Amino acid sequence: MPAPVAPAESPARTTDGQPQSAIVFEQVSISFEGNMVLDGISFSLERGETKALLGVAGSGKSTILKLTMGLVKPDHGNIWVLGQEVSAMKEEDLFELRRKLGMVFQESALFDSLTVRDNVAYRLIEEGVPEDKIQKRVEEALRFVELEHTLNMYPGELSGGMRRRVAIARAIVDQPEILLYDSPTGGLDPVTSTTIIELIVKQRDVYHTSSLLVSHRLQDAFTMATHYFDRGKNRMVPVNGAPIDTRTSFLVLRDGKVIFDGSAHELGTSRDEYIREYIS
Amino acid sequence: MELISPTEWAKDLVLAIQEWTYLAARSIGNIFRHPRYVSDTLQQADLIGVGSLPIVVLTGFFTGGVLALNAARTLEQYGSLSLTGQLVSISMVRELGPTLAGLMVAGRNASGMASELGSMKVTEQIDAMRALGTDPSKKLVTPRVVATIIMLFFLTIICDFFGLTGGFAVSQLGLHLDAHQYWNNAYQTLEFGDVIIGLIKPLLFGFLVATIGCYYGLTSRGGTQGVGRATTQAVVAASILILAVNYFTSQLLLYLLK
Repeated sequence: MPAPVAPAESPARTTDGQPQSAIVFEQVSISFEGNMVLDGISFSLERGETKALLGVAGSGKSTILKLTMGLVKPDHGNIWVLGQEVSAMKEEDLFELRRKLGMVFQESALFDSLTVRDNVAYRLIEEGVPEDKIQKRVEEALRFVELEHTLNMYPGELSGGMRRRVAIARAIVDQPEILLYDSPTGGLDPVTSTTIIELIVKQRDVYHTSSLLVSHRLQDAFTMATHYFDRGKNRMVPVNGAPIDTRTSFLVLRDGKVIFDGSAHELGTSRDEYIREYIS
Repeated sequence: MELISPTEWAKDLVLAIQEWTYLAARSIGNIFRHPRYVSDTLQQADLIGVGSLPIVVLTGFFTGGVLALNAARTLEQYGSLSLTGQLVSISMVRELGPTLAGLMVAGRNASGMASELGSMKVTEQIDAMRALGTDPSKKLVTPRVVATIIMLFFLTIICDFFGLTGGFAVSQLGLHLDAHQYWNNAYQTLEFGDVIIGLIKPLLFGFLVATIGCYYGLTSRGGTQGVGRATTQAVVAASILILAVNYFTSQLLLYLLK
């Protein structure tokens, strides 16, 4: 019997064989209809880390999330997610890996013919989880986003902000190892945006889930980097010099390339002219 | 309107055929793979089968009636009016029953599938399904293909029966033919090969209608306008293919069963 073949040049692993990073992009390029969207980008997301992807519209931020999920394939380069090379996997093999990931889509992408309960329970129903457990976990997930009362409503009956919160509940119901947020605050008013960011911070600090967050709103990303979730107060509070590492970093894209990958402080003190203009 | 070069058009056509073939093959292959969505298949069978019943019954009935009406005019000239049942029977069972039922289901369900899946595609619900670990070809395509094949088979039998009934109504009420003679002629003229031809066709048409409807839905893009375009294209493609496949299947089966 031939010996199993180890993935070639896979990323660094810990002593127990687990990949150190949750996500690794190596020289990834992709183009759509002749337009180069990502041009040889490389970065990694460590376990428990949150990385905010910033850049102007069309800079390829959402494409990074879809590449991570294996929803689209790169033209060149390698992508590892939880130690598996998604860029080399067949669609049929990806479904198992995707069950360990959660994604919140830009426009929520809730199934409009299903109730909120069935939307949130979707993954659990597919996995054949017993009905009583489904009910318990759905209620927990909806309580997390403070929408327990919407159980039997349809997505069309909810406001934009509520739909995003249901999408977050659907993504976290199975406690995935990685969460991908695609512009979760896009098109929402500042108050609702803060509610959504608070939920993301809560998920980060309570469950320590690794996550990639695409955002057009720089202040959302900075809020995440400078706030943590206080379980005692049950709300998000500023770090204000406390010895707390929010484990949030930034990645800035421009013309399909990564022009910045670092902390909030490094971003704030960057001398790059484009970045200074972008964050001003 | 934007002009497309013939090379680009040919490339797009070959790509579309390749993608449709892959989707169609997967939809059949999924029948033998887990998970199987039995309740989704039953729901689709209800939507396609029960939902299409009224139009198939009416189409069959009036087509049978008009066949009898037109056949009678010609047969009368040769003094063979009594053969009306024979003509209606052969035409309905071998050609018109499967084709008309197929076209009706194409008009009603290929468009429904294309618009439903197209709306899901443009609102990222298909991507969300994939992201949640579900294969859309198993969850959405295979149940529709299986349900359409099975239900079109039975709808064709119903269409044939109501076609004969329509022909009988005209023969009885308009032409004053003997009821026993009509039904006896209609029954006696049918051979095993005619019935086989008439029952193989709906299986092929059902497969075409569902896979084409799903293919156009899953590949639609460009918002609501794109969904509308996909819906129209699905009905046009399914209808033309039904008529073309009907011709070639008749040729082949008539040769094989000769």
